[in-house]
Amino acid sequence: MAVTVKIPTQLRAATGGDAEVEVSGATVGEVLDAVFDAHGDLRERITQDGDLRRFVNVYVSGEDIRFQQGLDTVVGESDEVTILPAVAGG
Amino acid sequence: MSVESLRCKECGEAYELGASYACERCFGPLEVRYDHSGLDAAEVKRRIQAGSQGIWRYADFLPFTGRPQDPLEPGLTPLVKADRLAERLGLEAEVWVKNDAANPTHSFKDRVVAVAVAKAQELGFKTVACASTGNLANAVAAHAAAAGLESYVLVPANLEEQKLLATGIYGTNLVGVRGNYDDVNRLCTQLAETRPWAFVNVNLRPYYAEGSKTLAYETAEQLGWELPDRVVCPIASGSLFTKVARGFEEWTELGLVSGEQPVFNGAQAQGCSPVATAFAEGWDVCKPQKPETIAKSLAIGDPADGPYAVEQARSSGGAIDSVDDEEIRAGIRLLAETTGIFTETAGGVTVGVLAKLAERGDIGAGERIVLYITGEGLKTLDATRDSFQMHEIDSDLDSFESEFDHQEVVA
Repeated sequence: MAVTVKIPTQLRAATGGDAEVEVSGATVGEVLDAVFDAHGDLRERITQDGDLRRFVNVYVSGEDIRFQQGLDTVVGESDEVTILPAVAGG
Repeated sequence: MSVESLRCKECGEAYELGASYACERCFGPLEVRYDHSGLDAAEVKRRIQAGSQGIWRYADFLPFTGRPQDPLEPGLTPLVKADRLAERLGLEAEVWVKNDAANPTHSFKDRVVAVAVAKAQELGFKTVACASTGNLANAVAAHAAAAGLESYVLVPANLEEQKLLATGIYGTNLVGVRGNYDDVNRLCTQLAETRPWAFVNVNLRPYYAEGSKTLAYETAEQLGWELPDRVVCPIASGSLFTKVARGFEEWTELGLVSGEQPVFNGAQAQGCSPVATAFAEGWDVCKPQKPETIAKSLAIGDPADGPYAVEQARSSGGAIDSVDDEEIRAGIRLLAETTGIFTETAGGVTVGVLAKLAERGDIGAGERIVLYITGEGLKTLDATRDSFQMHEIDSDLDSFESEFDHQEVVA
């Protein structure tokens, strides 16, 4: 099942400039693992000890995964996974 | 000018002074770094005292290479001694109120926006934008108008009417988003990737945040170049709270003031208290919340600087407390009755937390406390409705006498 993952500007050096990555996975964790498999540099940039770093936000179709099941949040076919810096606003 | 670079607050990676805000290595927030080693304290003090009557007097500590431009210069707002407020709370402490409603658009946001808009111009932007809970919207629309820049202001569509009116009037592109502030913020973070605009609190956030330090500088200057013992400050994103602390530290490092750093007490609304919760639970991250509070200007459920605000409260020996809607209304009323200052709901939160600290016995006799009142009561009128009764009478003496017959008369 193909899921589109939106890559923010700050991470595009690690994806060869790509703003979107297509991968497979049934949960956010699986989707991110698939992204890391394709672009190894990304793992260290946004995760630490298996968890998301504290200034990384991930959304599934606009909804923050921390209001859902975190990395276990289920991702459907039409869902879009968005990674964004958490350091804006206020 | 001593501004040096942008630096990641988490991993220390350095970046050029451009429109960027998140570290490419670890996603941490970028912060402006200065080299103050060339500054002489006596000379800086003289420069400040001979400077403009607003925040540009502190240009040595702001992120500009040239002279900042902003026709609506905010700052030098009154610091008022509030003896009757202290008395009502049973405090034998010296309580001061920093009334930042006395800014061009009636909130502390004029400080951060003046810095961000001046920086946007320095960087060559023609359009400024923001995600706002209201006060920022007013400030961005006004400062953009004053500077002749185009602006886009994105807010939750259900904002207080006063804040919408006081934004649209400046001729901005006012966008009401169906969602809460965190939804607006996410949208702006995405827009900042595709639009060539200066989002003051997204891609210009490192500069914008620096404006809050001026509240600390003014406080110290107005107290006769001394530090307060304690501050009580509202927390939304946590940026104001941490930058006020940074301002006091910078002046101490330079030798402009001396002594212990103030104790920092943070104030949140119970209906949106991710930072107070993280403090109480001993977490080093904030769990996001869906806000449900009358203090809409503090309704950020996912606060960007939350972890740093928690650290600041802990390391200074302070705390972060929250108050409910009734305590917020009571706080607005108490401040108005004892100081003549009419604040918005965020100010009610701050006063409410001061009352809580007083009740808990956290405040020592003789302490000097500064309360940061960040916004204006006329912007949140709903919060004060039904808090008093008007005497309605006919236009004759009898009608007045019968309403006030218990009052003394001359003859």
